[in-house]
Amino acid sequence: MSLLKIENMKTDIGQYAVLHGVSFDVPEGGVFVLLGRNGAGKTTTLRSIMGLWTPSPGSVTFRGEDITGLHTAGIARKGIAYVPENMGIFGGLTVEENLILATETGSFDQARLKRIYELFPAIETFWTKQAWSLSGGQKQMLAVARAIIEPRALILIDEPTKGLAPSIVAAMAEAFREIAETTTILLVEQNFHFAKSLGRDMAVIEDGRVVHTGTMADFVADKALQERLLSLSA
Amino acid sequence: MTRKMTFGALGVKAVMLIIAAALLFAPFLFQDVRSIEVAARICIFIVLVASYDLLIGYTGIVSFAHTMFFGFGAYGAAIALKEMGPGWNAVLLGGVLGMLVSLVIAAAIGLVSLRVKAIFFAMITLAAASVVLVLASQLSQFTGGEDGITYKVPDLFKPATKLLVDDAGKVVKLFGVSLNGKIAAYYFVFLSTLVLFLLLLRITVSPLGTVLEAIRENDVRAEAIGYRVVAYRTFVFCLSAAVASLVGTVYAVWLKYTGPETALSFDIMIDILLMVVIGGMGTMWGAVVGAVLLVLAQYYLRDLMGAAAEVVSSVPLLPELLNPDRWLFWLGLIFILLVYFFPKGIVGTLMTKGARG
Repeated sequence: MSLLKIENMKTDIGQYAVLHGVSFDVPEGGVFVLLGRNGAGKTTTLRSIMGLWTPSPGSVTFRGEDITGLHTAGIARKGIAYVPENMGIFGGLTVEENLILATETGSFDQARLKRIYELFPAIETFWTKQAWSLSGGQKQMLAVARAIIEPRALILIDEPTKGLAPSIVAAMAEAFREIAETTTILLVEQNFHFAKSLGRDMAVIEDGRVVHTGTMADFVADKALQERLLSLSA
Repeated sequence: MTRKMTFGALGVKAVMLIIAAALLFAPFLFQDVRSIEVAARICIFIVLVASYDLLIGYTGIVSFAHTMFFGFGAYGAAIALKEMGPGWNAVLLGGVLGMLVSLVIAAAIGLVSLRVKAIFFAMITLAAASVVLVLASQLSQFTGGEDGITYKVPDLFKPATKLLVDDAGKVVKLFGVSLNGKIAAYYFVFLSTLVLFLLLLRITVSPLGTVLEAIRENDVRAEAIGYRVVAYRTFVFCLSAAVASLVGTVYAVWLKYTGPETALSFDIMIDILLMVVIGGMGTMWGAVVGAVLLVLAQYYLRDLMGAAAEVVSSVPLLPELLNPDRWLFWLGLIFILLVYFFPKGIVGTLMTKGARG
């Protein structure tokens, strides 16, 4: 059974129809990558899953339960974390406060916190700093750390490498690999090098529709398909 | 959760201690009726502004109905004292009823309109406050209409009440001040408002305060990590309304009079807004500084200008400029300068002084 099942999801933003019937299954475990050109509807898909846009019609099923129409906070409490494109941190709060907001009890599981320190040493270094004072890479680390401070079944991550230095991107890839050992990641990414190094399964969105699904290994092997769907220069 | 203390923050804390000491010993430090009136008004407005700051500064909700809730508390106590006589049960019942009315109306407004855009919510609160102001004027059989209600308060607060007497049966004096009912009334105001302020302060440094700051900064992000923004906003709106209502009751007991001008007027709402802006939004200490400065200016700026006009009487034009009748002009000018030099309010700006990021 798939962890997340999206069927015929259509989303309008204002008067514009952005998604025209997106359907795909995210299996449990590993990294599922959603690829597509700019404006294809990748971010809208993630936001629709989180209930930030309301898909109509269509359905989103998570662990066998229909979560379509649930309010965003309810979806988050089901065990889905969202790391938006703009990192989604709270600049006026400290690193510690940003993380504690995402805990259920208001206190940290020390083992998870230790793991986060190992994955992202900057989190420990800047623990008492206000988040606005962090660099772009550190903010992204904080956003991801917040998504894993509690056990989650699924993390939706939107373009985590955008604007980051190559060394940070490499560190981020390493961290995602570790996170994916215990948590499923649905990753939207433009950086194909990054995406193919992590992805196990994938889908390509074009003009608000899924035009290809399969394994990343098969997609990487098929240069013609890459060129046709994404105009990629690998 | 720890944030490093800046030099500015230390300075603010020091000023807070001075203000707290001045208010605590006000009846002994400033032994005239007007000064005690000013001190009591400062206490009341500190809580009123702090409860409003919980809305606008901590949660990002703009409401124009804060004086409405203040008025419910004041009218609750006033009507109960008028109808039941000057007893503590009337104060308690009136205060509780006023607070319940505030809670019901705040919950109704919040649940209906906090889902919509901020501007619509602000408009709805403005409309509600206007309706209540008109009703208070028109339902004169209950509210006394434009004349308001005058009533007696519990005997403890009567000026003739002797709190302590000596062997000769005369009221005891401490530092030259008679320990009578007026002192009791002042400390009733001081202690009630202190408890309410500490409650608000506790909320802002609790995990709830952090959630509220997150909602103010980005409600969508807060929702995406699992917080029901509408529920939190409605809760805070109700909490703020309840505190405003309680402090309204305290003010009614202090004044022994409640009318539209003292409890529901939009002038009070404007004062609250000015105090929040002057002190600084999103910091409880800002409410203290804003309330102290504006109340002092309202009461003493005219006197100060009169004295200044006398000093410069030989200089052409200046005495005319400093004519006490122009005090509102100077108050406006001071306000503009404060906003220019302290864009985050006095406390908001000072708190960041000495910060290293």
